[in-house]
Amino acid sequence: MVKLNVNGTSHDLDVDPATPLLYVLRNDLKLNGAKFGCGLGQCGACTVMVDGKPVFSCLTPTMLVEGREIKTVEGLGTIDDPGPMQKAFIEQQAAQCGYCIAGMMMRAQALLEAKPDAADADIRQALEPNLCRCGTHMRILRAVARARDLMQGKSAGITAPAAATGRG
Amino acid sequence: MKRFWIGVLILIVVCLAGFAAYAWKPAIDPIEPPQRASFDQALIEKGAVLASVGNCTACHTKPGGKSFAGGLAVPTPFGTIYSTNITPDPKTGIGRWSEAAFSRAMREGVERDGDHLYPAFPFDHFTLVSDEDNKALYAYLMTRRPVENRRPANDLPFPLNLRFVLAGWKLLFFHKGAYREDAAQSAEWNRGAYLVEGLGHCGACHTPRNALGAERKGAHLAGGEAEGWDAFALNASSAAPIPWTHDSLFAYLRQGWHADHGVANGPMAEVTGNLGRLSDSDISAIATYLVSRMGEPTPERAAAAEDIRKKLSLDQGGTPIPASATAGSPTSRGGAIYQAACATCHDGSRPQPFGGIDFHLSSTIAARDPQNAINVVLFGLPAASGRESPIMPGFAAMLTDDQVADLLGYLREAYARKPAWADAKAKTADTRSGKYRVSVRPSDGIERSPDNVGAKD
Repeated sequence: MVKLNVNGTSHDLDVDPATPLLYVLRNDLKLNGAKFGCGLGQCGACTVMVDGKPVFSCLTPTMLVEGREIKTVEGLGTIDDPGPMQKAFIEQQAAQCGYCIAGMMMRAQALLEAKPDAADADIRQALEPNLCRCGTHMRILRAVARARDLMQGKSAGITAPAAATGRG
Repeated sequence: MKRFWIGVLILIVVCLAGFAAYAWKPAIDPIEPPQRASFDQALIEKGAVLASVGNCTACHTKPGGKSFAGGLAVPTPFGTIYSTNITPDPKTGIGRWSEAAFSRAMREGVERDGDHLYPAFPFDHFTLVSDEDNKALYAYLMTRRPVENRRPANDLPFPLNLRFVLAGWKLLFFHKGAYREDAAQSAEWNRGAYLVEGLGHCGACHTPRNALGAERKGAHLAGGEAEGWDAFALNASSAAPIPWTHDSLFAYLRQGWHADHGVANGPMAEVTGNLGRLSDSDISAIATYLVSRMGEPTPERAAAAEDIRKKLSLDQGGTPIPASATAGSPTSRGGAIYQAACATCHDGSRPQPFGGIDFHLSSTIAARDPQNAINVVLFGLPAASGRESPIMPGFAAMLTDDQVADLLGYLREAYARKPAWADAKAKTADTRSGKYRVSVRPSDGIERSPDNVGAKD
């Protein structure tokens, strides 16, 4: 038996403690936001938050996160009431195929919770471990900058595109 | 009695005067910045290769900053030193330095204006560099793009902030002199020794330092520290489970990894990245010299290495379980973590450098200190940008300090057959909190290799 706290709800699960968190989220809890990409911690599609920090759930054995606070993209809002990060991604139409987006949002969420006034360069650097193969990076960067502004209560207008600063 | 005290007083005055005469260095007159055309192209190219042997860029370029423009904070046990601007900018760089001033800095650790340089600049090694090589380095640096960048002031406590104090340090620890050939050794060995002990300044990281920051004389290449990483011993006390050979060391330095030893990581990744410019013959010379410093492995070490080779050739995919791994024990918990989180890559079928090393081969796990293992577990090996490279994700957000300690205890006992490190948990906590500072570099050191550095200028 493994006890997991996901998006504020506690679950008792009959799974092998060595099972990657991603499989438990998707197969047992039917939370299909996090995606299986490479299975090696190299693409970021499986990113979720554990105690506020972004982790690759495909590499995280369930036993390591027992009793810790797990947050997935489903925990950021609902279809009817999307959270600021989700709102910003919709507003900026930042998804093309969408496979990487849940991971992008979770890593960005972790950044903005730790650093609410993150500069565009910080956003760029933080998202470095997450890959997008469609090439919507510029929209993703814009969406995260927008989410930052929304979270800080700046609702009007679209901010300037994330400038080409920092390291890609 | 009175006469005695007068004598003592005179003696003190004479000593002070002597020290002042020793400590005082004249300024060398500034020059008009030389024109690029005044340097021979072949000399500039030779200087480029030498600059990568010296790894000049590692300290003199801030990551993401302009090449050789300095300003990188170099933490030392005494305070923070900021690297200098060695571009030919006349105001903030070395644009008004003559070749004589440059050579004196290399040979004696003295600035153009006569100030002593801190030994963070490894003039104790560079003093061995030949005049011809200094000439080429000068030609290379003086033809870089000048960048106006004044570095921040050093953050050092009194009296270390007074430059003349460094003359005392030199008096105690510094021996000026050119490289002297060892006639009993081959030309290749001598070439290797010249590169390793001089411009390559391997000992600056791989030799332990004394309380005053000087390399300990009796412990040459016995293992030191670099930017929060252990720089492993390059003498007989090498921790490598399979002893280094000329060929394995050559391949490691040439390509940044070797199947018997894994990938270069930490600051060494940058070194192997920079050595990319060096000729095969020079890398071979370095390997020849260093392997001779390590000496023939003892029969016990050779037998242990043979044992490991046999084990790996018979590998059936099982992972070793140490005797201490009884239910609920730390090594049993660590083994479970290894199985679930690490084995996919470290006991998988993908070969190095893109698959993980089998820990039987790992110097990091066999080393006397857990620091490098902690660094890699917490921070991983970041990928190089823009090309394929080894990569490992960091596990800092997944593993608690206790879990890291359990995992390392398991790896130690199961693979190195040594007792768990007693200080692994405390060191993990200090490394995670930043109390113990570690610099984390892309695994092939490409970030500041000469080809890349300043690519974003």
